[in-house]
Amino acid sequence: MRSVRSSRWTGCEGVLGIDRRKSAPQEPGRRETLATEAHRAIEAIWRIESARLIAGLARFVGDIGTAEELAQDALVAALEQWPTSGVPEKPGAWLMATAKHRATDLFRRRKTLERKYEELGRDVEREQRGVELDTAIDEDFGDDLLGLIFMASHPVLSKDARVALTLRVLGGLTTEEIARGFLVPVPNIAQRIVRAKRTLAEAHVRFEVPDGPDRVARLASVLEVIYLIFNEGYSATAGEDWVRPALCEEAIRLGRILAELTPTEPEVHGLVALMEIHASRLSARVGPSGEPILLLDQDRARWTGCSSDVAWPHSNAPRGSGARWVRTRCRRRSPHATLERRPRPKPTGRASWRSTTRSPSSRRPRWLN
Amino acid sequence: MRVLVLAKEGVRSEGPATPPTPEAMAEFQKYNEELVKAGVVVGAGRLYPSSQGKRLRFDGKKRTVIDGPFPESKELVGGYWLWQVRSIDEAIEWLKRSPFDGGTYEIRQVLEMDGM
Repeated sequence: MRSVRSSRWTGCEGVLGIDRRKSAPQEPGRRETLATEAHRAIEAIWRIESARLIAGLARFVGDIGTAEELAQDALVAALEQWPTSGVPEKPGAWLMATAKHRATDLFRRRKTLERKYEELGRDVEREQRGVELDTAIDEDFGDDLLGLIFMASHPVLSKDARVALTLRVLGGLTTEEIARGFLVPVPNIAQRIVRAKRTLAEAHVRFEVPDGPDRVARLASVLEVIYLIFNEGYSATAGEDWVRPALCEEAIRLGRILAELTPTEPEVHGLVALMEIHASRLSARVGPSGEPILLLDQDRARWTGCSSDVAWPHSNAPRGSGARWVRTRCRRRSPHATLERRPRPKPTGRASWRSTTRSPSSRRPRWLN
Repeated sequence: MRVLVLAKEGVRSEGPATPPTPEAMAEFQKYNEELVKAGVVVGAGRLYPSSQGKRLRFDGKKRTVIDGPFPESKELVGGYWLWQVRSIDEAIEWLKRSPFDGGTYEIRQVLEMDGM
């Protein structure tokens, strides 16, 4: 029994992960080649650096497509050079500097091209942007990252496009990894990302952190994307597995990043709390042979307390006008903590949870698993 | 995946022989903030010196309480982090970036999903 479950979950965990054969522990005595070691380090560094690299570049060049290409160019350069030269001491700075050089080259080429068409013109303006590059990239990346989050979840994009683009530019996932996560053919995801970038460019979407009333709507769009990613992991709509924890982890991490960047937004904290509470039940939701187990039949010893400990501070986060969407779900769908404090289920367990919630019974089935 | 990072600071964990300089503290805080902003940190904590700790040894039905301080100075844990990362390699990369100049930091993956 155990082995069946083990293999299932190991498989799930690898859905979005980097090739497990590479990250699996090496047999004793077997030495890795320097190149493999460098590749593993590059993968890890890419995971850490890619979002802020793309964010910093996107603010400068103004569109995600070009920014991502520049970042990818830097990655390729690292893959070419680091296996022989070794990983530099400050890999993030190295990647940024390399991308920055490419950006300068790009602008120079564009400028030359423009000169050919119109001898005089906006040279002065371009020069100024060239200077801006030096300062733009070294500043605090927090706002850049937030700008990138908002841009990738822009309402002009379809939900599918927003999800794919967010995982790509913020999660640092490859097209293949996203395709595997959603069980969609790779070319479809590739198309989705290309189209999303084109749509953003055509709609002249500005790289900015929205303010005022616009911010509420835009933030809702971001939260929706994160929650969609989480839900796809939590109740997979395709494939044999009921849950894909890697997608859940990805969503929670994005949520945590957003909560750090927007600490006064109650909706964000609410969403993180909601996801953490759900995630704490992940391992109890599926039986040994993959069958779903309803909430009341779940072995509560398998609920991980850790996640709910993390969740509650978020659920007590600042309250505000726009908090209802997530908070209602959070309260309605998390009998978890209340149940934990109550006696173990009796045959009439259903009645016992009902008495713990003020929601009308018509809402009941929504969180049963 | 979640990993537990154990700060085996050795004798340093036993008390502030030389308290950290403000610069060192600032550097550490900057590092920690970076981890938090990247959504990596799930939990963290510092521990009191082992002189305030207790050990319980089990031998069949017998229980022996041992008062600190504990002798294995190199193995003494001064603090911990719980991180969410995508691979051990990512945890290694994060830890390499820390400003620590001594001690051993141990990364252990938290058993999840199966075998609980």
